[in-house]
Parts: sequence; structure tokens; C-alpha cells
Amino acid sequence: MNIAVCVKQVPDASEVKIDKATGTMVREGVPAILNPFDAYAVEEAVRLKEKHGGKVFAVTMGPPQAGEVLRHVVAMGADDVMLISDRAFAGADTWATSYTLGLGLKKLVPLDLVICGKQAIDGDTAQVGPGVAENLGLPFIAYVRKIVDMSDGRMKVERLIEDGYEVVEVSLPAVITVVKEINAPRMPSLKGKMKAKSLDIKPLSAEAIGAEAEKIGLVGSPTKVMKVFSPPSKGNRERIDGAPQEQAARLAEKLREMKVI
Amino acid sequence: MPIIVKVDVCVGCEACVNECPFGAIEMKDEKAVIGDKCTLCGTCVDICPSFAIEMADEPKTAPTEDLSAYNGVWVFAEQRNNKIVSVTYELLGEGRRLADSRGEELSAVLFGTGMDAEAKSLIEAGADRVYQVGAPLLNEFHEDAYADALSQLIKKYKPEIVLAGATSIGRAFVPIVATRVRTGLTADCTALDIDAESKNLLQTRPAFGGNIMATIACPNNRPQMATVRPGVMKRLPPDAARTGEIIKETPVSPLTSRTKLLETIEEAGHKINISEAEIIVSGGRGMGEKGFELLREIAEILGGVVGATRAAVDSGWMPYPHQIGQTGRTVSPRLYIACGISGAIQHLAGMQSSDMIIAINKDPNAPIFNVADIGIVGDVFEVLPAFAKKLKEMRG
Repeated sequence: MNIAVCVKQVPDASEVKIDKATGTMVREGVPAILNPFDAYAVEEAVRLKEKHGGKVFAVTMGPPQAGEVLRHVVAMGADDVMLISDRAFAGADTWATSYTLGLGLKKLVPLDLVICGKQAIDGDTAQVGPGVAENLGLPFIAYVRKIVDMSDGRMKVERLIEDGYEVVEVSLPAVITVVKEINAPRMPSLKGKMKAKSLDIKPLSAEAIGAEAEKIGLVGSPTKVMKVFSPPSKGNRERIDGAPQEQAARLAEKLREMKVI
Repeated sequence: MPIIVKVDVCVGCEACVNECPFGAIEMKDEKAVIGDKCTLCGTCVDICPSFAIEMADEPKTAPTEDLSAYNGVWVFAEQRNNKIVSVTYELLGEGRRLADSRGEELSAVLFGTGMDAEAKSLIEAGADRVYQVGAPLLNEFHEDAYADALSQLIKKYKPEIVLAGATSIGRAFVPIVATRVRTGLTADCTALDIDAESKNLLQTRPAFGGNIMATIACPNNRPQMATVRPGVMKRLPPDAARTGEIIKETPVSPLTSRTKLLETIEEAGHKINISEAEIIVSGGRGMGEKGFELLREIAEILGGVVGATRAAVDSGWMPYPHQIGQTGRTVSPRLYIACGISGAIQHLAGMQSSDMIIAINKDPNAPIFNVADIGIVGDVFEVLPAFAKKLKEMRG
């Protein structure tokens, strides 16, 4: 069983602070980490490998320093990595990213399964997983919370929906995105860390993966960012002071004014 | 200026300032700004460790096909168990506004058999036309079949704009469609508008857990596609007198699916859709298991549902479908009451676009108060029981 995991390096949200004066996000000095959702994808892939045998490949697209997340993933149990890195990829939106990752994945041995985290915590789009599936021509299932069974080229999964879940069967190979509920990612092992440290990561260029220039990076991206701004700050901030009884009474009164009750 | 600094990517490291041979770059608000001395040598493009500086490549991004062939605003009418989900009506309200401002028609796309009454309800909610694909395979959600059916319709009719709900269905299959028809898709939008000059769709969405907002356009590809967060747009009052056209469509090539739906299970005792709730009473670590009983009581009185932070879910006080925040659901209800929630950035990411936020916490410095419209510094176990009692009195 050969499984690929798509991962992304993102700024650590728990280290992001908001500048109280300007209301903008302070990004300076924020460490870059493995996208938290991708850790569930890696864990699930490693568990499947432990159960069924095979290999886990981790793939990322990003600047050269994105190789660091690949080391982390190897420390968690991935066998091989692919860093797709070229200045020509800069500015890629989800369309161009899906195309690029798809080309990288096609270079790997026949894959049985591709797992992605449900979304990245910086962009929050959740579009690259399905985009990769389409580029590979594979079936796709989003928001998987459990892999129930895997046999005879088919896989049975539970997929999260708004008010519960669905049990869905899919033919392999397939692409899935996974949610937090699926597992508890392991800490990197000492042995894994040693392996990660000695890892030689050779970036693959646009040419190496055979990318068409008009489909990658900023040029290949249909969407353009016109403006980035801080969310409007809340006006009319109000504080209810007093004894608990009094606070409760005034709050209830507010809700009546708002016609909530 | 053909060299651009992507301000959302620039980390303010000043590497470019130091390396620029012409001293043309300075820092402004901790972002690199390229000044008049720039000779377009490209040193900064190469030196930037964050890939935040780029040579703009304008001519290459020109449209590759005739965009004027595209016309009209479409709304994907999502259904579950033959019932239209509410975000569809919200999108028809917003779609009507966008179509009117472009002077075009609004159409809805409806999948599944036995949906004639629903098709009519879409016209009453603002649609001029409904494309109805009555294939039995579309009664349930299948990524393959949904993506095929919508892609085929887009290629046939060439709509200018396509909107869908940012639901578990919309966010799963609409990206496949956008990839296939080679166009842009903006996820989870909270505001839409038509640019006065270019007439392009301006799509505004939160990113980075709601800490920044970005306005996105899709200037050279059609259709312009967006998924829109439920609960943000306003539906129109249904108008039974409205008339429109219902067109029965047959897929050009037969629909197939590589997935098979075996079972649908509603989460035991918690048949709620927290993303569509109008009122959410939410609790964090400060509530404890007993505290959630109190929240359930208050939610019931208010006709709302109970939400929880990751800490509360991890402690087993509430099941995962109730989790709000970065690793849970994103919600934007009319009223969000945060009880015993400190307001970690990951939680704020999931709820800060709520219309009205009320926070109750004993720590006056808790970050939750930074996003709250009404703040109460106090012990939840003193304030909430009194609050519940008062609400019951009011209700009579």
C-alpha cells in the first residue's frame, strides 16, 4: 500500500498576536510549523502503513525552508519526501497549487491513497485536496473522520456532515481529506528524528515536474488578491458591571430589547 | 510598478532593504515598500526568503477566451433528503442583488428527482430560472456525479458567476468543478460585490482564522465562482406571485459515481446543525461538565444550540460536532454567548464574525472581551443561574 500525504508549512497560529493599537496581525517572529490538520493526515497514513505495509510519501510545495515540515513528517514515520520548490510557483492560488501538487504526485510510484488535512490554517480554503483529486483523475471524499475498512481495492470511510456522518465506500486509488476526530497524532520518535536530521532534501523545479508555465504560480492563478485588510473592529462595546444578580437581569433585559426572547 | 510586494506574505525581515543595491526599499508598517529609486534589477525578488516580492507579469495573465460569452448569475441549490438547505435561499437573496446590479438574470441549479415544489420555492425566493437535473444518482450527494452535472451545465450555458454554500457538500465538490473548468474559486466568502468599473465580482473572505480579510477577484477566467458562508447573506421574503422558467435538463454524458453512500447517521441525541444556528450558547474550560447542563438549559429557553471550545470537547463534555473554532466548525450566528471562554485565537477564528457576541468570564483580561459587543466580568456559576431564572420569568 503506497500512500501520499500532502502537507503545508504555515505560520503557527497560537503564536500570532494582534497588535492592539492597529488591530492588525503581528507576523514577525512567528515560527513556521506543519499545518495542524496535516498532522492527522500523516498519522493516518503511518497507521495504515503499519497495518497494511507499504510506504508513506510526504509532498509539499513551498519555498526552500518548507523542507523543514518534511523533516517533521519523516520524524513522525513518513518514508520518503518530495519538496516542490521553484520561484515560478510563488503566488499560486488553489488552482495552480492543485495542478503543481498533482504533477508531483504523478511522479510517485502507483499510489493507493492520497491523504490531505481538511484545510490549511492560513488560507482556510479546503480547496487543494479536491483540486488534487481532479488533477489526478481520482475520486474524492472530504472530511473523513474514520477509515472503517480497506480491502480488495475499496475503502469504507465515515465522512462528517453538518448533523452527523455518512458511511461511504470508494474505489481505490482515491483522495481524501481528514478531520481532527480521526486520530491523535504521535510525537516524533527519537529514531525518526535522527532519520529526519540526516535527510537530504533535493527540491524539484517546475521543469523537473514538467509544469506548463501558464498554469503555475501567480501567472497560472485565476484568482487575484485585490486587497488585504484587518477585519473592522467592533464598535459600541459595552460592559455590564454590578453584582451577579444585577448583571444577569440586565443581560436578560438586553436580549428582550434585541427581541431574542 | 512591475515589482510587487505581497503584503500578506511579507514578514518584515528587512532582508531586501539591506540587499537592494539602489537603496530603493524602505519599511513602512513593518512591510517592505519599493520606492522611486527602483531600477527593476530583481535583486529583492531573488533575496526575499518568503517569496513575498515578485516581478509582475501582466501581459501573460490576459484572458485566453472570450469572456463576453458568459452571462448571468447562478446559485447552486443544495438539498439534503429532498429539502433545500437554508443557505440556498440566502444565496438567492444575494444573487438577486448581484444580478440586478449587473442587469442580468438569476438562475438556480437544482439536483435530484421529485423536487418540483422545491424548484418553485427557488423562484419565489428570487430566481428567474431553475435548471433542474432530475437524475436519481443526484438524490444523494456523490462528489463525482455532482461535479459532472454542474460542470456540464456550466460548459453548456456559460454563466458569469456561480455561487454555492460553503457547506460540507459545497466545499467538497465545487473545487472539483472549478479545477475542471479552469477557473478561480474563492472559499467561504462573507461579502460579495460587483466592482463599479470592471463589473467583476469582488469576493471578500476571512483568512488566517479571521485575523485578516482578503478581497479576491477572478479577472480573466469565467465563471467567477465562490462558496459563501451560511448565515451571512440575507434571504428575500418568499413571493408566491413571482414567475420564472423551470428547465428540465438531461446530462449530456451519463453521470457515474465511484463513491457509494452506504448509510447516513444523525449524531445520537444531537440533531443539530451548528453552522446554521441563529443563537449559540457556548462554553469553554471554565464551565466544567456540570456547567454544560446550565448552558443546555439556557440554549433551550432561547431556542438556540450549545457550542463548545476545543478544551471542552477534549474533556468529553460535548461531542465534536459542537466544537467551534479552527479545528471545529466556523459559525456566524445572530447571537453568540461565550461562557467561561478565554478566547484563544483558534476559538475566535470560528466565531468572531457572529453578529452579536456576549462574553461572560471572570478574567477581565481574557481576549474574548476584545471581540465581544457586550462583556460581563463575573463568575459564570453566579451569573448564569440568575440569568436562566430571569429568562424563565420573562418567558412566563
